[in-house]
Amino acid sequence: MSSETKPADFVLRMENISKSFPGIVALDSVRLDVAKGEVHVLMGENGAGKSTLMKILSGIYQKDRGAIYLNGKAVEIKSTKEALRLGISMIHQELNPVKAMSVSENIFLGKEPTHGFLGVVNRKKEREMTQALFLDFGISVDPDAVMEDLSVAEMQMVEIARAVSYDSRVIIMDEPTSALADAEVSKLFEIIRRLVAAGIAVIYISHKMDEIFQIADTITVLRDGQFIESRAAKMFDQDTLVKLMVGRSVGELFPEVRSQKGPVTLEVERLTLGGVFHDVSFKARKGEVLGFAGLMGAGRSEIMETIFGLRKADAGTISVNGKAAQIRSPQDAIAHRLAFITDDRQSTGLNMKVSVKDNITLVALKTFTSFTQVLRPEQENRAVDEEIGVLQIKSRHRDQIVNTLSGGNQQKVVLAKWLLSEPEIIILDEPTRGIDIGAKAEVYKIVARLAEQGRTILFISSELQEVMGMCDRIIVIHRGSISGEFERAEFDREKIVNAAMDNGDYSARRN
Amino acid sequence: MPKSVKNAAAFFSKYGIYVAFLLLTAILAVISPPFLTPSNIINILRQISVNGIIAVGMTLVIIAGGIDLSVGSIVALSAVVATSLAHPGEHMLVLPLLVGLLVGLGCGAINGLLIAKRKLAPFIVTLGMMTAARGMALVYTSGRPVINLSDSYAQLGGGYLGEVPLPVIIFLAIVLLGIFVLHYTRFGRYVYAVGGNELAAQVSGIDTKRITFSVYAITGALSGLAGMVLSSRVMSASPAIGQGYELDAIAAVVIGGTSLSGGVGTIAGTIAGALIIGVMNNGLDMLNVSSYWQQIVKGLIIVLAVLLDRKSKH
Repeated sequence: MSSETKPADFVLRMENISKSFPGIVALDSVRLDVAKGEVHVLMGENGAGKSTLMKILSGIYQKDRGAIYLNGKAVEIKSTKEALRLGISMIHQELNPVKAMSVSENIFLGKEPTHGFLGVVNRKKEREMTQALFLDFGISVDPDAVMEDLSVAEMQMVEIARAVSYDSRVIIMDEPTSALADAEVSKLFEIIRRLVAAGIAVIYISHKMDEIFQIADTITVLRDGQFIESRAAKMFDQDTLVKLMVGRSVGELFPEVRSQKGPVTLEVERLTLGGVFHDVSFKARKGEVLGFAGLMGAGRSEIMETIFGLRKADAGTISVNGKAAQIRSPQDAIAHRLAFITDDRQSTGLNMKVSVKDNITLVALKTFTSFTQVLRPEQENRAVDEEIGVLQIKSRHRDQIVNTLSGGNQQKVVLAKWLLSEPEIIILDEPTRGIDIGAKAEVYKIVARLAEQGRTILFISSELQEVMGMCDRIIVIHRGSISGEFERAEFDREKIVNAAMDNGDYSARRN
Repeated sequence: MPKSVKNAAAFFSKYGIYVAFLLLTAILAVISPPFLTPSNIINILRQISVNGIIAVGMTLVIIAGGIDLSVGSIVALSAVVATSLAHPGEHMLVLPLLVGLLVGLGCGAINGLLIAKRKLAPFIVTLGMMTAARGMALVYTSGRPVINLSDSYAQLGGGYLGEVPLPVIIFLAIVLLGIFVLHYTRFGRYVYAVGGNELAAQVSGIDTKRITFSVYAITGALSGLAGMVLSSRVMSASPAIGQGYELDAIAAVVIGGTSLSGGVGTIAGTIAGALIIGVMNNGLDMLNVSSYWQQIVKGLIIVLAVLLDRKSKH
C-alpha cells in the first residue's frame, strides 16, 4: 500500500486510533485501511486490540484520538445507531437474536414495514423482503422459522442478512466460525464471496489459520494494541503471521508427543444412545492421545458425556483398566480417575462468579477436607499456587474472579481443576476453542506432557489441523457412528474429511 | 479515575453495608440518646432474633441459587403443632419443641425433594408450600389461636442466660453455625458452586441434588426453630403468624449484599441487613414514628441497598 493513496481509495480508513481504559492502553495509534469489496482479515492475540478497534468502528466505544474516513469523508461514530446509519454493522461472536420471534421478524426488528397510518406491521412484506435478501445471497432458511429452532450456522446467516438489510457497506464478523462445522463454514465463505461481489467490504476476525488463507484478500496484524503490519494475503505465510502476532517464534505449534504407549486403560464396547449415537466401540491406551474428528453435531460430545456419566446409555459397556465400570454419574467417573474438560467453559466448565482458587479446588476438594468436614485453606492455597505455576496461568492473584481472565487462562483454570484430582483418563472437548495462538501452543504443550506422564487423552476437535497435529490415532464420527479410524502414519486430510462427511470409500479401517 | 477514588469505591462496595449500619446507629444515637443503652441494644437483638434465624437459612437457599417463600407459613404450622402439645399437665417442654422442629424440617424436606429431584422451580414449589402449610395450620387449629400453655413453655422465649435473653443466644448460635458451615466446610463451598453454576458443579462431580435438598431442609428446620422461639415468647400460636416473614428474610439477605441470582453472599452481610432493618424499626419506634411509615422506610432501604450494590459493581 503506497503512502500516496488518498483516503478516497478506501471504503474505510482508520488513522491513528488510540483508546485507553483505566490502567490499560488498548490501542496506540492503530491504522486500518479497508478497500471496497474486499475480505480484510484482522489478526492478533487476545488483548491485541482487534475487538476494541472494531467496537470503536461499530459505535460501541468512542475513540480517544484519531480519525475515521468513510469513502473519503471524515465521520464521527457516536453510537451503534449512527454506525448502522453510516453503513457499518457488526456480527458478534455471541449471537443474541430474539429467540421467540421468527427469522423475518428478527431481520426487520426496529424497521418493520408497515401498512397505513396506524402502523400495523406488514407481515407479508416482511416475509417477501426477507426472501429477496436470502435469494441474493444464497441463504436457504425459512423466513417463518422461529429463531430458537435454528442451528448456530443458520442464526449466523440470518444475522448476515440483517446486516445487509441495513444497506451496510462494511460488515464486521467476529470469529464467525467458532461454532460452525466444515460444511457450514464453506457455505459462509460462499455468502461472504457474494457480499464482496456486491461491493460490500467484510472485516473478518479469526484465529483459524486454514480459514484465513482461504478467504482473505488482505491481512492486518495487531499486537499489544499496536499496528504491526498489513499486506495482501498471498504475501504472508503461516509462520510469518504467527511470528508477527506473537512477537516471538512459537517454534513448532504442535509439540512432538514422545510417550510410551501402554496397556489399554479405557475400553468402550457397542455404546449406544438412541437417536444420538450407536455401536460405538474403541480402545484407548496409557500414554495415547486418541483424537475424535467429525462434523459438529456428529455426536462426539454426547459419547463423551455418556462415558462420563452425564447421560445414560441404552446399551453397551465401559471398562476401565480391564474391569467393567458402572458409570452412572460424574462422581462414578471421577472415582474411576476420569476427567472431563467440556467444550464450553463458561456454561459447564467454570463458576464465573468465584475465584481462580475456588474453581481449581472444586473437583479435588475432598483432599483438602479434614475428618471434621473443615477445609484446610493453607493446603488449598499451596496446591492452587502450584497448579498456577505449572500451567502458567496468568492471573493477578489466586483470589481473582475468573470472569476477568482471558479465554486461554480460563481454559487453563479448567485444566488445573481436573489435574488436581490426578486423573488417568482425560477427555478434552474442543480444548482450544476461542483462545488465541499463543495460548493454544501452551495447551498443546500441556497435553503432550500429560501423555508423556502416562495418562490417556481423548481429544475431540473440529479443527483438522489440530487433531492431525496432536493425536496418535484419529477416530472419525459421522452421525453417531464410527466412520473411520486412522493411525498417525495413515493421516490424510482428505480421507479424514471424507470420513467425517461419509463420502464413500476412503477409510483405512472400519469398526 | 484517580486511584484514591477507585480504592474508596472498592472498599465501599465490600464494606459499604457495615459503614451504612454504623452511620445509621450513630445518627440514631445522637437523635435519641436512650438508643445506645445496653438494654436497648439487647432489645434490638431480641426483636430481630426470630427473623434473623430464618434469614440465616434464607441466605443458604439464595446463595445456592434458589428462593424460599414458605418460611412464614412453616413458622405458623410448626408453632401451632408444637403448642398444641404444650398445654399444662401435658408433655415435657422437650417434646413440643422437638415436634415443632420436625414439622419445620419435614416441610423443608418436601420443598427440597420437589425442587431437587423433580426439578420444579423453587418459586412455584415454595409458593405452593406457603399456601398449603398455612392451610394446614388453619385446619389443624380450626382457625383459632392455641393458648393456655404450660408455664415451662415460656422458658425458651422468655428465659435468660445471665443478662442475655435466650432467643438472642439461640440466634447468635445459629449465626455462628451458619458462618462455620458456609465458609469453613466442604458443604458450604459446594453450596456456592451449585449457586454459581449448577451445570459446572454437576460436571465437577458434586451431588447437586443433595446440596439443593439440604439447603431447603435446613431452612425448614430453622423456620421451625423460629416458630418455637416466637410462640414461646408470646405464649400462644395463631395460625396467622409469620405472614410476611419470607419478605423480611429476603430483604435482609438482599440488603446484606447477596445476589438473588446466587453464587455469592455472606451470612455476616445478611445479619448486617437484618440489623439495619431492626435498628431502623427500633429507632423510629423511639421517635414515635408510626409503623406504617416504618414500612415505607424499610422499602426505601431495600431499594437503596440494591442500587448501591449495583453501582459498586460497575
